[in-house]
Amino acid sequence: MSQATLRVQKISGHAGGVPGKDTQREYTVSKLIDTTTCIGCKACEVACMEWNDLPFGQTVFDNTYQTMPETRWNYWNLILFNEHEREDGALMWLMRKNQCMHCADPGCLAACPADGAIVQYTNGIVDFQQANCIGCGYCITGCPFDIPKMNPETHRVFKCTLCADRVSEGLEPACIKSCPTGCLHFGSKDDMKELAEARAKQLRDHSNFPHAGVYDPPGVGGTGVIYVLHDASNPEIYGGLPKNPHVPWSVKLWKGPLKWLGNVAMIGGLIGLFVHYLRYGPKAREEEDLASRPEGGRT
Amino acid sequence: MTNGWVDIKNTDMMLIMGGNPAENHPCGFKWAVEAKRTRNAKMIVVDPRFTRTASVADLFCQLRAGGDIAFLGGIINYAIENNRIAKDYLLNYTNAAFVVKDGFKLPEDGLYSGFDPATQTYDKSTWNYEEGGDLSGKASAAKADPQTKATSGKPAAPHLPENAAYDLNLEHPRCVFQLLRKQYSRYTPEMVERITGVPKEQFLKVADLFTSIRKDGDMQKVGTIIYAVGWTQHSSGTQTIRTAAMLQLLLGNIGRAGGGVNALRGHSNIQGATDMAGIFDNLPGYLKVPVPADTDFKTYIERITPKPSKPRVWESFNYWSNTPKFAVSLLKAMYGDAATKQNDWAFHYLPKVDRNYSWTYLWDNMYNGIVKGIFAFGMNGVAIGPDSKKNIDALKNADWLVVGEIYPDETSEFWRSPGISTDEMKKIQTTVYRLPCAGFAEKDGTFTNSARWLQWKNAALPMPGNSRLDQAIVAEIFLKVRDLYKKEGGKFPDPILKLTWGYTDPSNPSLAEVLKEINGKTFADSEDPATKAQLKAGQQLPGFSWLKDDGSTTCGNWIYCGAFTEAGNMTARRDNSDPSGLGIHQNWAFSWPANRRVMYNRASCNLEGKPWDASRRQVWWNEATEKWVGNDIPDFKADSKPKDHMGPFIMNAEGVGRLFVPLGAVADGPFPEHYEPTETPIENPLHPAQTHNPIAMRFKTPDDKYGTPKDGYDIICTTYRLTEHYHYWTKNNPMNVQLVPEPFVEMPEELAQEKGIRGGDTVIVSSIRGTYKAKAMVTKRIKPMTIDGKKTYQIGIPIHWGYRGIAEDEGKTAKTLANNLSPAVIDPNAYTPEFKGFLVKVEKA
Repeated sequence: MSQATLRVQKISGHAGGVPGKDTQREYTVSKLIDTTTCIGCKACEVACMEWNDLPFGQTVFDNTYQTMPETRWNYWNLILFNEHEREDGALMWLMRKNQCMHCADPGCLAACPADGAIVQYTNGIVDFQQANCIGCGYCITGCPFDIPKMNPETHRVFKCTLCADRVSEGLEPACIKSCPTGCLHFGSKDDMKELAEARAKQLRDHSNFPHAGVYDPPGVGGTGVIYVLHDASNPEIYGGLPKNPHVPWSVKLWKGPLKWLGNVAMIGGLIGLFVHYLRYGPKAREEEDLASRPEGGRT
Repeated sequence: MTNGWVDIKNTDMMLIMGGNPAENHPCGFKWAVEAKRTRNAKMIVVDPRFTRTASVADLFCQLRAGGDIAFLGGIINYAIENNRIAKDYLLNYTNAAFVVKDGFKLPEDGLYSGFDPATQTYDKSTWNYEEGGDLSGKASAAKADPQTKATSGKPAAPHLPENAAYDLNLEHPRCVFQLLRKQYSRYTPEMVERITGVPKEQFLKVADLFTSIRKDGDMQKVGTIIYAVGWTQHSSGTQTIRTAAMLQLLLGNIGRAGGGVNALRGHSNIQGATDMAGIFDNLPGYLKVPVPADTDFKTYIERITPKPSKPRVWESFNYWSNTPKFAVSLLKAMYGDAATKQNDWAFHYLPKVDRNYSWTYLWDNMYNGIVKGIFAFGMNGVAIGPDSKKNIDALKNADWLVVGEIYPDETSEFWRSPGISTDEMKKIQTTVYRLPCAGFAEKDGTFTNSARWLQWKNAALPMPGNSRLDQAIVAEIFLKVRDLYKKEGGKFPDPILKLTWGYTDPSNPSLAEVLKEINGKTFADSEDPATKAQLKAGQQLPGFSWLKDDGSTTCGNWIYCGAFTEAGNMTARRDNSDPSGLGIHQNWAFSWPANRRVMYNRASCNLEGKPWDASRRQVWWNEATEKWVGNDIPDFKADSKPKDHMGPFIMNAEGVGRLFVPLGAVADGPFPEHYEPTETPIENPLHPAQTHNPIAMRFKTPDDKYGTPKDGYDIICTTYRLTEHYHYWTKNNPMNVQLVPEPFVEMPEELAQEKGIRGGDTVIVSSIRGTYKAKAMVTKRIKPMTIDGKKTYQIGIPIHWGYRGIAEDEGKTAKTLANNLSPAVIDPNAYTPEFKGFLVKVEKA
């Protein structure tokens, strides 16, 4: 969670209008990651840890240059390393900086039932407010990029904030500042899109990458983090970047057309409970008290 | 670097070979990326592994470790045969037209003329130019030339002829160009394939792409060659870099923005260490060190000051003719008033170097009980190797060891090395003193980067505990030693007693004061005749052109003169403006020499003094003022008219670039020749009877063993570093340990399959000298190769682990050193060990 003072445009689990929405026009911010000039140096990983005060963790060697298999609740920025053979036999060593994509239609936010635990600021940043998080983990299922991770001890979910605290002060995110090759850029979505398209065109025209393109998937309304890929027709080769990500149907249905069903079910449940009480009376105390359950017994 | 980091952005073509800048110089590598992004520059990467650099290359080519000269020689052959050469540049700016002495023999059998098998040395007298002037059009008469007869009797010490013979038609059979062509005509694409394992078609792709900048005689485009220790750490390391320099001369790429031969230095101040003579055979500023035969200053100066050697109708600035000024000013800086003309400027105070004191020899001498103790500051000698076990055995024999470090390391705790039993530990009598030093962020001073920029930095943090600055430790030792000499006399106290030590705090000299001292000052009012600029006695010198050989100036290192002037500390300047857009940044820090950013930049212009490429104007001849002017500082005599034909390579006696290196300035031959690494899976396909570099240096202790395929060592191994770690330090820092927690060995999938090894399995790599234990990284990024018809595997080991560190102390890693494996064999010029391309075997643990 950031301490940012940004305006919210979307909010999870909240009844009524979004507080302060549309009071001021703001640019949608965006991070551009040019995978074709990323050298996998991990400066962004270190900068992310240092700026966000994330604690060191244990890792083990796993037959790869990649720091760990996937992002963790306390490791938000991870470069994925993949060896890939092109059809012509040429080898590629793909490095993709993986983190929250800051979707325009965030699946995590849609899935989240806790009031104000996930917000989207007017600049497009999707931010988790851990103080409001109830640890249900629905955001994890709602994310098509498998990004949010739960701290098993506190049952709070964490992910990249796009350095909302820095951005609200007019600074670029820490990862951008640390990038030595300039493969990371930060600016308005429009500017980043233009830069990305120009680079993709250069790759198509001059670098033997006829399928170079920009990754900004429409299934989630576009993303606040966009990629330039050598082969945009095949994003899966970059460590399973989904070709057409979308908010899971279950979440969409549940939070959309079927929302009334939930309300009906809840009311039905209450009625059932009442009927049960009338029929059987209050519940007798059992041996096992809720309070004495072991720690692991969370729902 | 002849050029600089920022200048890489000006290039059209990059050959990155013997280096992995994306991995090891990620910040500087931004300029390579910039060239790709803004100029559509092409990047070719040639390496034994598909590296992080290769991941952003346009063309990657996997080479056998140790095949570099063959590969580059093949490109030279390709460039000549396909006329992809810079004809005018070649003729006028290199020694291509110079005629070589009769009796000189190319190494068709692996040996140049003059080899003495008994002493394993060369008589280099035929490695020289012919005396005699213009032979253009007289090629057929060459044989009859009376000058070419070998002289009988004992000749005087060979020297370069004053009036070198030349043939502007480049047809004389002994002109450098024809010899060069003949030498590399043997490096056919087929031969390159046999030696390097690079399939012919792939080699031709690289050769074609790199030389494409000189297609159809075009001189506008520029290509750069970027390398690092992947080239130096071979038994023919210096010659590899020579081959690159020759290729760049052939293509006319030196002196030009976006061109050059660019060494990426492996630590933040390695360039500074070299400049300040952190090497036994140099004095500061690359002055040659005195030897016992230099009985007085005059003899010494005559030996080390070159005389011009060129066609008489050409001119040569021969800048090293100023050597006496540099040498006298250095001695004045060291001994002040005690250095007078009468006492030869205290020349006899300087030690005379009687033999090889290079790194590997030092450890060999300690092993043999000759060296009794060592000060190990800012380096971890045991881990660095080569042949770590030998270095550990050497320390067991030492009387004492002083380590200045920020962490306990493998050297300061050498007795903990795996394999030393508790009983043996008790027998080790070496006294170890550990001095807590300051870390890099706790010290001010300058770093000299690869681009030759001296950049001042401030201390960021206070030192912890009782740690001290390096210079304070050295100063206190010096003051103690001087006191002892004062009290007790001794055999030869003057070199110590008379040293100048005029620092405000003698026991802790400030580095700003030291830099001022290195820059130098004048003792007398003086005037520059050219500019009429004036200096008062006692003032700091503005640059090395003010140096005198009459004792009126001091200078601790002539190439650093101009770094701390009357205007202040030039290395602390931070104005990043760049009016020319060429990345020259004239007011950022200080670049030696003379704040010049690209060396030999006269060669960026044609004979008339106009830039080869009008869009990259570095310097040019201004007809109106009759001066060389430009965006960069001209690396030339400012008023030398183009028609006078002064050569742009002013540090060579010839004034031109050397395709042929005369008189053994490079010890193993005037042209580079491919020799197999000391440990090799094959015989040299060029000359099986002479497989190895005949003068590479080997050692003879029981620890010095060299393996062969017959002993079962048939896998080629190379060593390197990772982005995530810094040498042997960062295993003490949790952040770095988290990024790459454990040692590993990279190996091809096919090899792993053959040996039943899966990724993550523990493996043991052994050479004839020792073993290394780590986990296997099975990868597509190293492929099996066919070397001279033989299927051969290569593996790679990052070096960063040892027996002290976070994971090591927790018992999480195997605690062996990568350099247990590497051999003590050294290049005969730079004395660099062969850390790349030795033989091992691999087993599952």
